Amino acid sequence: MSSLEIIATVLGGLTIGSALMVVLSPHPVRSVLYLILTFFLISGNYILMNAQFIAVVNIIVYAGAIMVLFLFVLMLLNLSKDNEPKSSIKMKIAATFAGGALLTVLIAALKDSVILPKTEMLENQQGMVENLGQLLFTKYVLPFEMSSILFIAAMVGAVLLAKREKQIIE
Amino acid sequence: MILASIFESGVSIQFYIVLSTILFAIGVLGVLIRKNAIIVLMCVEIMLNAVNLLMVAFSTYFGNGDAQVFVFFIMVVAAAEATIGLSILVLLYRNNRSVDIGLFNKLKG
Repeated sequence: MSSLEIIATVLGGLTIGSALMVVLSPHPVRSVLYLILTFFLISGNYILMNAQFIAVVNIIVYAGAIMVLFLFVLMLLNLSKDNEPKSSIKMKIAATFAGGALLTVLIAALKDSVILPKTEMLENQQGMVENLGQLLFTKYVLPFEMSSILFIAAMVGAVLLAKREKQIIE
Repeated sequence: MILASIFESGVSIQFYIVLSTILFAIGVLGVLIRKNAIIVLMCVEIMLNAVNLLMVAFSTYFGNGDAQVFVFFIMVVAAAEATIGLSILVLLYRNNRSVDIGLFNKLKG
């Protein structure tokens, strides 16, 4: 076993463990903190695969922006362990069976899939900022501009939704 | 900086297929098992990240950068989705003083 294999296995195991803790920990704030850890570990996986641009964007967008938003909302609503809605034990068992069945089916279907042999490459450079920027601003420039329209729509929608109705009428 | 592909050092693509499948299943489990609507949204993010991980793995495997651009767009859409979802949850909390996902049953009318 090479050292990279060991690193990949340990990183994968830690990712699965902290993702499980997101689901299983009863305290919502602790759940959010475990999710941030999960995102950092996934970024580690990206770096291992030499996708450096995606790794940095993952940390900035997910661990930086989205998770801070989640944490803000959790603290704003003042949720704690006491007023956490609980699901019944029957529901939990059924959910575990359903999730396990999905996992089994997916793994059984994908296990024996034939995957084309990888292309021979001396250096693996396509994850660098330079190459991705080249792709983003030539081949995918239209979706890139469309995403800014999506963001404006999301921003207006969020402001409109979070405002109280009385304030809109006035 | 690791310049050689990780797939040349013995890690197989199957490893990442299994890893992201397990992550996806954990996300599904969380959506089914939790009743706190914020945690349900977080589990949707885990599922999105499982897909992203597999996309990047195949992108590295085939030496093709297009998939990483798609991962970038998935992150863009996820950010917009999280904003709208959370503002809907704030609205739900303001009306009911609770974030129980079962309260959405009221939408049935």
